[in-house]
Amino acid sequence: MLFFENLILAFTALWVNKMRSLLTMLGIIIGIGAVIAIVTVGNSLMNSISSEMSDMGANNIVVGVQARESEEESDGSGMRFETLRGAKIPMEKDLITDEYIRELTAEYPDEIKAVSIDTSLGDARVESGRNYANISLRGINSGYMGANNIKMQAGSEFGSKAYSDGKGVCIVSDRFVSNMFDGDNDKAIGHKIEIEMTGRGYKYYVFTIVGVYEYVSQGFEMQAARDVSTEVYIPISTALNKNHLKGYTNFTIVTKQGIDSDAFALKVKEFMERYYHNNRDFTISTFSLASMVSAMTSMVGTVSTAITVIAAISLIVGGIGVMNIMLVSISERTREIGTRKALGATNGSIRAQFIMEAIVLCLVGGVLGIGVGIIGGAIGAKALGYEASPTASSIVAALLFSMAVGVFFGYYPANKAAKMNPIDALRYE
Amino acid sequence: MKKKQKQEEQLIIEDITDTAPDALEKESDEAKEAGTEPARADQVKPDTLREEPGNEDPPVVIDMKGITKKYFIGQPNELEVLHGIDIKVRKGEFVAIVGQSGSGKSTLMNVIGALDRPTGGEYTLDGVDMFRTGDSELSEIRCKKIGFVFQTYNLVARTSALKNVELPMLYAGVPMRVRSKKARELLNLVEMGDRIRHLPDELSGGQKQRVAIARAMANDPSIILADEPTGALDSVTGRLIMDIFHKLHDEQGKTIILITHSPELAAECERILTLKDGVIINEQKGSGRNAVL
Ligand SMILES: Nc1ncnc2c1ncn2[C@@H]1O[C@H](COP(=O)(O)OP(=O)(O)OP(=O)(O)O)[C@@H](O)[C@H]1O
Ligand SMILES: [Mg+2]
Repeated sequence: MLFFENLILAFTALWVNKMRSLLTMLGIIIGIGAVIAIVTVGNSLMNSISSEMSDMGANNIVVGVQARESEEESDGSGMRFETLRGAKIPMEKDLITDEYIRELTAEYPDEIKAVSIDTSLGDARVESGRNYANISLRGINSGYMGANNIKMQAGSEFGSKAYSDGKGVCIVSDRFVSNMFDGDNDKAIGHKIEIEMTGRGYKYYVFTIVGVYEYVSQGFEMQAARDVSTEVYIPISTALNKNHLKGYTNFTIVTKQGIDSDAFALKVKEFMERYYHNNRDFTISTFSLASMVSAMTSMVGTVSTAITVIAAISLIVGGIGVMNIMLVSISERTREIGTRKALGATNGSIRAQFIMEAIVLCLVGGVLGIGVGIIGGAIGAKALGYEASPTASSIVAALLFSMAVGVFFGYYPANKAAKMNPIDALRYE
Repeated sequence: MKKKQKQEEQLIIEDITDTAPDALEKESDEAKEAGTEPARADQVKPDTLREEPGNEDPPVVIDMKGITKKYFIGQPNELEVLHGIDIKVRKGEFVAIVGQSGSGKSTLMNVIGALDRPTGGEYTLDGVDMFRTGDSELSEIRCKKIGFVFQTYNLVARTSALKNVELPMLYAGVPMRVRSKKARELLNLVEMGDRIRHLPDELSGGQKQRVAIARAMANDPSIILADEPTGALDSVTGRLIMDIFHKLHDEQGKTIILITHSPELAAECERILTLKDGVIINEQKGSGRNAVL
């Protein structure tokens, strides 16, 4: 019955003391905002990981050479963050060769669908007249395109002949074509491009464009679309020749459908380790994308939990603030309480009035916090390059939780007001 | 001499005395032993003040016997403010309470109005034993049976005149439409119909008091208790407020108890009780008529 009247009263009280109410709500706003933002970013991250997983296939296993370090073992998940301190650079004898890979694929023909190898030759800027494009040059093998889900738009992938005899051909992105050839794929194909590498000593290459692939944006881009660096692919054999290298530091195995990639990764590790048995400096490590995903999931989970705990503390602090301001408000309005009682208000209706006031205070704080959280989450997700996806459940939970904070921290002051002796309240000066 | 005069006037109040509190308590104890309530009521002789021969006596609405009120200021020090008050007020009476400042008038009024609980004695309000009621019943009595008017108006801040008048109806559970309509009527009655949207701090003292009277009338209580309603007002405005009380008494038959420091206003009531140091020391008949008219 008195619900709407109390609601109006509560909003009036909040509005009359705008500044005080806002400051009081700050704890709630921060707490709820943090939770919503974190959940949004975490959720965006998980969504993007799972969509990437289906893009790249959770079946991929990355195999790489890894420095032996007795004291610094890689952690269980197989993920390893390279430390600069004491990092050893693999020499030619430490690299994975084509021979190892051939033997591995021969050993597990039922498990391995394809092997993807790539090696970077560095970044460059291609110029022709007023046109320019930023590129990074990458040697790839025949399995690379499939494993990385790269789609051709025009021309063709390298033939097996191109892969084996290291011809001067390349595949460029559609963005490269739009920068250099006004988007005309036909004009681009067959055209020769000159690449001057400036990074690690001067190098000069000429490649003929044989194909154009579709560039997929990596999410958040700092530069204008025109300046974004895209890959120019050349056959890996060409890249090895140019670099005078005979092997790779890592490669990726695409497993066949239905293979447990986690378990298979162990087998691969075991198989490859035989080549490094006598190598004192390096060994082989493998990890599957699946294990990486689960490691990231648990990391995201841990971070979210930690921040949620902090947010909960902020909410409790906010709640105490609400309680404090309610006590102030009640003592300011003692005479009003006395008057209401003299006019026939029961203890219950006084209690309801002030609990409602606390709830409204917290709820408005909660709504503002949700707004802050959604905006913060969107910014956070965007900064990480993901699509922001706030969850409805977290918003509903935030609303319910802020209401609960209102009830919990509003009860004591409201009850204090309700139990006031009417005449003492009326006489209060 | 005083006692004799009182008996001649056949007053309702039985135990008017200026004796010491002990004696008074004893008296009321004796009265308690003497007989049951109806018997006592029968003994009461017709109320000659209203001079309505042939009519039945109006029922007693306020019936106090030996009411005491103690305040406890720090454990050992108890301060007795009312030393055994006996009052009977019949329905439709207009009673004034006068007395020096600090004599306990407000304390008595608050006990009458169920705002405060007495320490001892017997008190029946409209047939309800006030010593056997819980907080929520007291709230209901304040809500429906009693209308308060305070010296300091006590309008609820930041709430329009209309909403202030609606408040008691709100607590009585009256639906919104009815509430608003009734509140407008009451504000018109006190000639505040053109100020219904005004907030308390946009009203003069006299206007505030008129709103407060309209508010006191909201649930159509049979009893109106006014504690120095004109105390903060000039004599002209005070006159205006007093006229409203006369109107409520004459036209609507409200029982009104009024505390005042003004002998002129007190004289306009039907009965004047004088309080001194927590006892009723005198009781007089008043004109019951508006002195100016
Ligand atoms: N809450 C309280 N605690 C202690 N003593 C109180 C309290 N309220 C009132 N008193 C005392 O009771 C006595 C009577 O007070 P009361 O307010 O009834 O006087 P009053 O007759 O209404 O005076 P006035 O004409 O000035 O309003 C005073 O001496 C006062 O000090
Ligand atoms: Mg007083």
